[in-house]
Amino acid sequence: MPGRRHLLAAAAGLLAASRIGEARAQQRLASLYMFIPAGPGGGWDGLGRAIEQVARQGSLVGSFQFENVGGAGGSVGLPRFVGQRRGRPDALMVAGSIMVGATLTNKTPVGLKDVTPIARMTEEAGVVVVPASSEIKDLKGLLDALKANPGGTSIAGGSAGGTDHITLGLILKALGRSAKEGSYVAFAGGGPAQAAILGAQVKAGISGLSEFAEQIKSGRMRALATTGETRSDPAIPTLKESGIDVVMTNWRGVFAPPGIRPDARDKLVALITELHDLPAWKEMLKTRDWDDAFLTGDAFSAFLTEDVQKTEAVLKEIGLA
Amino acid sequence: MMESIAGLQLGFSHALTLGNLGWALLGCFLGTAIGVLPGIGPALTIALLLPITFKVEATGAFILFCGVFYGAMYGGSTTSILLNTPGESGSIITALEGAKMARNGRAGPALATAAIGSFIAGTIGTLGISFLGPVVVDLALKLGPAEYFSLMLLCFVTVSAVLGGSALRGLTSLFFGLLLGLVGIDLQTGQPRMTLGVPELLDGVNVVLVAVALFAVGETLFLAWRHTNAAPQVRQVGSIMMSREDWRRSIGPWFRGSLLGFPFGVMPAGGTEMPTMLSYYAERKLVKPEHAKEFGTTGAIEGVAGPEAANNAAAAGILVPMLTLGLPTSATAAIMLSAFQSYGINPGPMLFEQQGALVWTLIASLYVANIMLVVLNLPLVGLWARILKIPQPQLYAGILVFATIGTYGISNSVTDLVLLYVIGIIGMFMRRFDFPTAPVVIGMILGPMAEQAMRQALTISEGDWTTFLTRPVSLAILLLALAALVGPRLYGRLVSRAP
Repeated sequence: MPGRRHLLAAAAGLLAASRIGEARAQQRLASLYMFIPAGPGGGWDGLGRAIEQVARQGSLVGSFQFENVGGAGGSVGLPRFVGQRRGRPDALMVAGSIMVGATLTNKTPVGLKDVTPIARMTEEAGVVVVPASSEIKDLKGLLDALKANPGGTSIAGGSAGGTDHITLGLILKALGRSAKEGSYVAFAGGGPAQAAILGAQVKAGISGLSEFAEQIKSGRMRALATTGETRSDPAIPTLKESGIDVVMTNWRGVFAPPGIRPDARDKLVALITELHDLPAWKEMLKTRDWDDAFLTGDAFSAFLTEDVQKTEAVLKEIGLA
Repeated sequence: MMESIAGLQLGFSHALTLGNLGWALLGCFLGTAIGVLPGIGPALTIALLLPITFKVEATGAFILFCGVFYGAMYGGSTTSILLNTPGESGSIITALEGAKMARNGRAGPALATAAIGSFIAGTIGTLGISFLGPVVVDLALKLGPAEYFSLMLLCFVTVSAVLGGSALRGLTSLFFGLLLGLVGIDLQTGQPRMTLGVPELLDGVNVVLVAVALFAVGETLFLAWRHTNAAPQVRQVGSIMMSREDWRRSIGPWFRGSLLGFPFGVMPAGGTEMPTMLSYYAERKLVKPEHAKEFGTTGAIEGVAGPEAANNAAAAGILVPMLTLGLPTSATAAIMLSAFQSYGINPGPMLFEQQGALVWTLIASLYVANIMLVVLNLPLVGLWARILKIPQPQLYAGILVFATIGTYGISNSVTDLVLLYVIGIIGMFMRRFDFPTAPVVIGMILGPMAEQAMRQALTISEGDWTTFLTRPVSLAILLLALAALVGPRLYGRLVSRAP
């Protein structure tokens, strides 16, 4: 009678498993209000919904409530979050590097300094590309062109003052030119920018790696360099290893409202840390193709200050902040 | 060609299963409903439906999304015609003649020509996706900011068709529209312009909001202001069916509109608005002399059939860069691309090869959705037209409620409601003092697009203005614009001089 024994063992195992499940299922928050300062379907919205999915699976949070207020790189939503949620211990906002640049150029009175940093979650490196038909074959070719004649080397990317524009500014500075001399052509959204590069309307383009990945794979765009600390794609060198000391990534993280008590802040940091340690989060990062950039508390605050300073310096030089 | 036919065969064999037909029907129904509501467009609806991608397999989900997308294009014209309240920017031009037809007892034929025109345009557009996709997209990529700027100048010529009696009043309206279009963050510098410190204005003023405010709210307030205690007059609903004459007058505009709309949809910076303007202008110029006086007065059916076909064909065209290159050239396409990603599919130039079955099923389901929509919408014409039997005070009160709810739906913002009524009051005075409202909307759509394209072109050319003349396509479009502007006048002078 082997069946019975197995059955018993299985039952015991199930019991043990459910107890482990219980131990893990300690709910940290009954409900969480998630504020997305962008429209549904974008990167910030994606991160918010991914946090919801994993936190629910792990029973960390009972229920989620979402609000999307899109527009102007988060500058429309941010004042609303700051104004309406002040002091609330159960609210989070998703934001990232785009908002750093946007609040500086838009000259909004509120900025990321007005919210409480909780954690940086993900990052994505940028990529510098040229159309497949371009006479520029490698990064050196582009850098030479930029150094000789920055005005004639038009570069397409996302909105002015955003991550792509800052990257170009930093590259020009590293080449010993002024960020202001760049010939940056801003496009609304990835579609028109990609179209301008594919049609060789511009000399080169800068944007997030995921945005151009398929065009690079199909050979319609040639990737010259990525902008991360290390290689994101083994076949593409980084700017740094090519002698240009520029590291610029599009990071995304979560923030709590202003004016919350230190223990409420610690509780949110603990919640997000616990979420980050779940296997389901690792799984999520893999399916979404996001790079883990986990950083919490004071380290995150220090990073943020540095990021704001770096961005502001470039924007001032271009004349946008 | 042979590949496309084989692909379509495969696609139809998947699309015509009971389950997938169900998804298509659900999508068409949902799409029609949200198209009718101003403010809520297909992009927002598909975004709200995104969570189903966790549960439903890819084919079903995309059939649903495409049904919503096509359905919204059909539904958008309904409120434009009946209530002068356009649901999305592509059907603003439809409201010009459509609402006038409805007011003169011709709501039925106007709705019918819009529905049948949408069907013809949708079918031509879908044929275009199936057989011309990769070819036209490569041509469209040859257009740069310089060409787009020239195209927009060409569209500005069409303003002359809606200026009304006084050029001064018409141009004042146009400049008011250009002014409204400037509000918000400038794309090329990231600097805020004329936002008065209101964060909600950073993203600019929504053009659908302005159209609804000027057309519907302004009109309602004007009627309330000028209301007399005469016996309430019930509008004539008139014949529901299109007469033989209506058919004869619609066929040309349907096909011209479709052929105009599709290429604009394929262009990465094209969109649905420009072809509707050009189609309206073309129909107004091509109309038979005996019907010319109907334009702007009792409503000409050509002015509904053409723009509505152009709108739908452009909507189909938008899917071409998305499917062939993975380029999101509209908000809806961007959301659909993110849906692809949640299935682990990376849309790009290799989508047709890697996901052939899915893409062809999707295209086949577009044909199916198109047939479903015309079958769904034609019988509704009689029902919709009956709305006009409501006595005027109640009808206009209803329009006001409807416009308010729809506007709040755009971004759940009270600022938008304030704007709706402020611009509505401006619209009321414009109506009182005979300023045409259509140039405001045209200026608002074209102004910002033309400005950005011009500055992009000038950045690329290092500030050299001759770029608009040295690029051959740009020059050709500019010459066309010039011909459209002075051609009719020269021709008129020649004709009048002849004995």
